Amino acid sequence: MSVVEAAQAVGTAVPGMVPAADTLIDAKPVDYLILVVYFGFVLGIGLLARRSVSDSVDFFLSGRSLPAWVTGLAFISANLGAVEIMGMSANGAQFGVPTVHYFWVGAIPAMLFLGVVMMPFYYGSKVRSVPEFMLRRFGTGAHLFNAISFAVAQLLIAGVNLFLLGTIVHALLGWPLWLALIVAAVIVLSYITLGGLSAAIYNEVLQFFVIVASLLPLTLIGLHRVGGWDGLKQQLAEVATSAPASAAVPPAEQQLNSWPGQALVGFESPFWAVVGIVFGLGFVQSFGYWTTNFVEVQRAMASESISAARKTPIIGAFPKMFVPFITILPGMIAAVLVTEIVQLKQGESPPGGASGDGVAYNDSLLYLMRDLLPNGLLGLAITGLLAAFMAGMAANISAFNTVSSYDLWERYIRRDRSDDYYLRIGRIATVAATFIAIFTALVASNFGNIMDYLQTLFGFFNAPLFATFILGMFWKRMTPTAGWAGLVSGTASAIIVAILAKDSLGSLSLGVIPIGGQGAAFVAASTAFVVDILVSVAVTMVTEPKPVSELKGLVYSETPKEDLVDPEEASFPWFRRTIPLAIIALVMTIALNLAF
Amino acid sequence: MADTHKAGAFDIRNIIGLLIGSYGLILLLMGIFADPETDKTGGVNANLWAGLALLVVGVVFIAWSRLRPIYVPEDVEEVRDDPTRPAPKKRRRAGH
Repeated sequence: MSVVEAAQAVGTAVPGMVPAADTLIDAKPVDYLILVVYFGFVLGIGLLARRSVSDSVDFFLSGRSLPAWVTGLAFISANLGAVEIMGMSANGAQFGVPTVHYFWVGAIPAMLFLGVVMMPFYYGSKVRSVPEFMLRRFGTGAHLFNAISFAVAQLLIAGVNLFLLGTIVHALLGWPLWLALIVAAVIVLSYITLGGLSAAIYNEVLQFFVIVASLLPLTLIGLHRVGGWDGLKQQLAEVATSAPASAAVPPAEQQLNSWPGQALVGFESPFWAVVGIVFGLGFVQSFGYWTTNFVEVQRAMASESISAARKTPIIGAFPKMFVPFITILPGMIAAVLVTEIVQLKQGESPPGGASGDGVAYNDSLLYLMRDLLPNGLLGLAITGLLAAFMAGMAANISAFNTVSSYDLWERYIRRDRSDDYYLRIGRIATVAATFIAIFTALVASNFGNIMDYLQTLFGFFNAPLFATFILGMFWKRMTPTAGWAGLVSGTASAIIVAILAKDSLGSLSLGVIPIGGQGAAFVAASTAFVVDILVSVAVTMVTEPKPVSELKGLVYSETPKEDLVDPEEASFPWFRRTIPLAIIALVMTIALNLAF
Repeated sequence: MADTHKAGAFDIRNIIGLLIGSYGLILLLMGIFADPETDKTGGVNANLWAGLALLVVGVVFIAWSRLRPIYVPEDVEEVRDDPTRPAPKKRRRAGH
């Protein structure tokens, strides 16, 4: 839907402004009580933290001097938002077990790499953000492009979070989606301006426990209802065989085994499916996401030493390994228990859904909650989802705010004004971003499986960034011109692939390349990565590199080795050292891959 | 430990314990007094069991922080805000 069409849809919906009578979820006062308690806690923490300086120092420091499990959980929780919960359950309902690749191939190896290789470099080089690295390593061109592309990505992803938030408001209150979006946007805006998030790490850890406390009972009740894992397998096979061919439901054995995962990528050939998953998802998408995502990396940087910073993503890998059991599994259960999702999978288009314009795979979790959870637990589940999407969107908006006011406005438009001036610009940027997110949310609402959309976006923004970042970090000859040329051509090639593919960009896609869904996103990302590397190497050959003296702390070979190690690490017992922990995580992941 | 004190209420384990514990209590009361809606859950009183489990988790967190308190140094550098997260912005470049 274009913006114009969206505006028209909004216009025609105005007469129906009276809230609809039927709501997807029937919440009772006790459910709202649970919601109110949560936000009472979050706002209370924010107020406590702001009451006095010494208290707030205590507050952050007590977070810092805690065992590494806290930063590890915050690290996971900063990412446990829209993508994890709704996207993974939607994927589970649509494709089944192959979705686990997003965890065991698409996350854990990259998290271990981040802890073992990248973290000492970040810690030693004092680089604190990706645009900052781009500016110091490559200069203005790469910085400007990266800052703009980062700002756009934040707006689009904020739209995804807002859309999911809106679907929950719609499901609870029955309001039309456009109204739910506006209400949700106002809620997020007041959440940001109240400053209730000044203790992000605290909130993220709380959020993690609330989400687990609601999704775990949901999964257990679901398994109980379908007769355990065997019952689920059997019913899944029945749905798959009874579906008409036109519904294109993947056969049961593809839904129940993670490899080769043709259903997930949409490739016929098992060989290319494995290549797509290992290279596209496992290497380009996931290494790009985890190693350049400073919203995550900064969780680890907040810790007391290199050793603690390195262990943060590695400790986070352990809970991450088991998250699929409370996200993908409920999706698969929804695909056999929930009437609407079964109908959807049989190729029908049942009316209703959280958005109000028909059931989509995104709705799997909400429907399952409706069918399985008694009031009370239902409130806990709603609270977990609302908290995750709100915190996710607040983080996107705030990252947009920082980049647009300091990296773009201050550097390229108005220099050397007062702090108050840039704070005012920041506030305007926050309100503007929230407003724009309403429209990007309408774009996101066109994707029945939100994961397709997110992976396409990651291909545009993360894959070229990762290529330039990793090349610039390990190859000191790479020139400033190659920096921006690689980024621009990489992003452009990903967009071209998405336009040529079947449905990556909805109606914008031409279908010249006969692949769609998440497979197309992996192809776009891989193309972006390869094109970026090739262009960077070619341009470097004909342009002038930076003098080596300016590369200290920015290129691996020019960074003193003593900046990269923690002198105390060797004195720790083995279970507190980075490498043994990483090896255990890797072995467990391989075991999980073999088991499923 | 002259220059340290306990983190007390700021210890995240107390906050987790309090929140999860109060949710446990609410669900437990729902499980005892409200309709267990067994047609949804397949015969289990889900609120009751989830409530009990959460209550136990909450108590464990609070007990953990009581038994092994965290000590915070009195004099520390001010922690810089995370620029990617919403928060009231601290003044940047004070000497500017």
